[in-house]
Amino acid sequence: MTPKNIIFAIVAVGLLIIAPLGQGNYITYVLCSWLLFSIAAMGLNLTLGYAGQVSLAQASFMGIGAYITALMTLNGIHWILAMPCAVAATFFVGLVLGYPALRVQHHFLAFVTLAFNTLVFLAFRNEEWLTGGSFGLVGMPRPDFWVFSTMKQLPFYYFTLVCFLISAAAFWWIVHSPWGRAFKALRENPIRANSVGVDTRRMTLLAFAIGSAFGGLAGALMTPLVQFIEPGSFALVHSLKLLLMVVVGGAGFFFGPILGAAIVILMPEVLRFTEGYYLIIYALLVIVLMVYSPTGLMGLGGKVITRFRPQREVRKDMVQGAQL
Amino acid sequence: MSETILSVRNVSKNFGGIQAVREVSFDVKRGEVLGLIGPNGSGKSTLFNCVLGQLKPSSGEVHVNGRNVAGMRACDLNKLGVGRTFQQLSVFPQMSVIDNIILAGQEHHGTMLSRLFGPSDAGLTAEAEQMIAFFRLSHLRDELAGSLSYGQQKLVDAAMAFMAGPSLVLLDEPAGGVNLTMLGNLKERLKTYNESHDTTFVVIEHNMEFVMSLCSRIVVLAEGAIIAEGTPDEIRNNQQVIDAYLGG
Repeated sequence: MTPKNIIFAIVAVGLLIIAPLGQGNYITYVLCSWLLFSIAAMGLNLTLGYAGQVSLAQASFMGIGAYITALMTLNGIHWILAMPCAVAATFFVGLVLGYPALRVQHHFLAFVTLAFNTLVFLAFRNEEWLTGGSFGLVGMPRPDFWVFSTMKQLPFYYFTLVCFLISAAAFWWIVHSPWGRAFKALRENPIRANSVGVDTRRMTLLAFAIGSAFGGLAGALMTPLVQFIEPGSFALVHSLKLLLMVVVGGAGFFFGPILGAAIVILMPEVLRFTEGYYLIIYALLVIVLMVYSPTGLMGLGGKVITRFRPQREVRKDMVQGAQL
Repeated sequence: MSETILSVRNVSKNFGGIQAVREVSFDVKRGEVLGLIGPNGSGKSTLFNCVLGQLKPSSGEVHVNGRNVAGMRACDLNKLGVGRTFQQLSVFPQMSVIDNIILAGQEHHGTMLSRLFGPSDAGLTAEAEQMIAFFRLSHLRDELAGSLSYGQQKLVDAAMAFMAGPSLVLLDEPAGGVNLTMLGNLKERLKTYNESHDTTFVVIEHNMEFVMSLCSRIVVLAEGAIIAEGTPDEIRNNQQVIDAYLGG
């Protein structure tokens, strides 16, 4: 990390710390949602943006994580034990879902993952004895950490923020390690990657598994935040929403999904004054963005910097945007 | 030059009723530069793909350093010491030149876990810079590989093939589409590398001048079978080879 990056990170964390101060419960809740959806979108960014594997099943991993956490915490197990179980379970389910990616690619893979999301949704809805069916599960406790209770909205925000920062650090570490380089190679030229020793089979499975584990962690945070989960929260439309976060923010960029989640989660609040026109304005903004900058907001930022400071080289990779 | 690095034994490959490669056998010794030539459709690429594990031979065996590699995955073959270049441009276009070269070496260093927790460059920056300097690409170190000229990308491709210190490198039409100046540079670099590292090369090439000046021995294929084998001078004067190329 360069000194400039360190200063930027410190300022960003500082802003995140002061963001909920003086805000009401609802805004703090929305900020918590943004952080946890950012974690899920980060996972999808690894699978899609870095490794080039299309997934329309990220919401299902959030669901698996959320239900595991809910069932365990409802049975008196502390969140700190339930969360690793949720993350581990989604890692292994993601690993299994990665197998079709060894045989099919692009839109065929998208359909495989779409089918998986539907399957998980149906399991949540139909297995009433376990999941509560359409009525879902309610009353999951928020975790206490000795003297630190997350029962109130502000402490829960800081608890979510810590989880988010740990996830972001882990994600940063992965994409800047040799694994990150291997993931990019997998996205750009899998045949060449294989010929220089990259085990593309293993890396494809890992891309799915790690990405899914991030989804599982987001689900594990969603359970105590909302304290009510039902199958509809993890339906296909939510996977598409997560995909939108990654694409709008900028697939393959570290900050892309965080920015994208901010747009998808916070924009409705910003546009609330437009009342019924909110969705129309929102859709138009997304269309204009995608036409002008397929690389999302991060790519747009790069274009702006190039225009005003042409001597400064802007990151040129991912110029084609995410390949679906 | 006594140790056999690559041994191709009675390899045949059929596609339905078509026999693309017929009972081909040859050995390549350490440090040797073998040219594999033949007219279009003679079975060179099929044989190449059988050696590289991309196609499983219908019969016969391929041994690298004494180990049967028929049907082996490309990544495992690479770890066994086999590097390759591609006929088409095959760099990672949206990664910098240095990242391309580091990637080509990183899988040979440490374990999966050590690569996750170790340094970002897998400790290979200095080695990669040496390789880039060897191919005279130092001024392009941080450029995106996809933004380089065709010939420069061919050099990056070659540098990637050598990064892991292979004992055998298969070069698939390295001269294809490369201009004369760049071609001379590539040939000179390959010769230098071969002499300094004692690395074995197998070269498929249509550019006869390139093959004749680079290779110490040449195998000629026609209709899937070997029709001649010898030094460049012997091949140049072989009537069967002349007939095969001129359709006599």
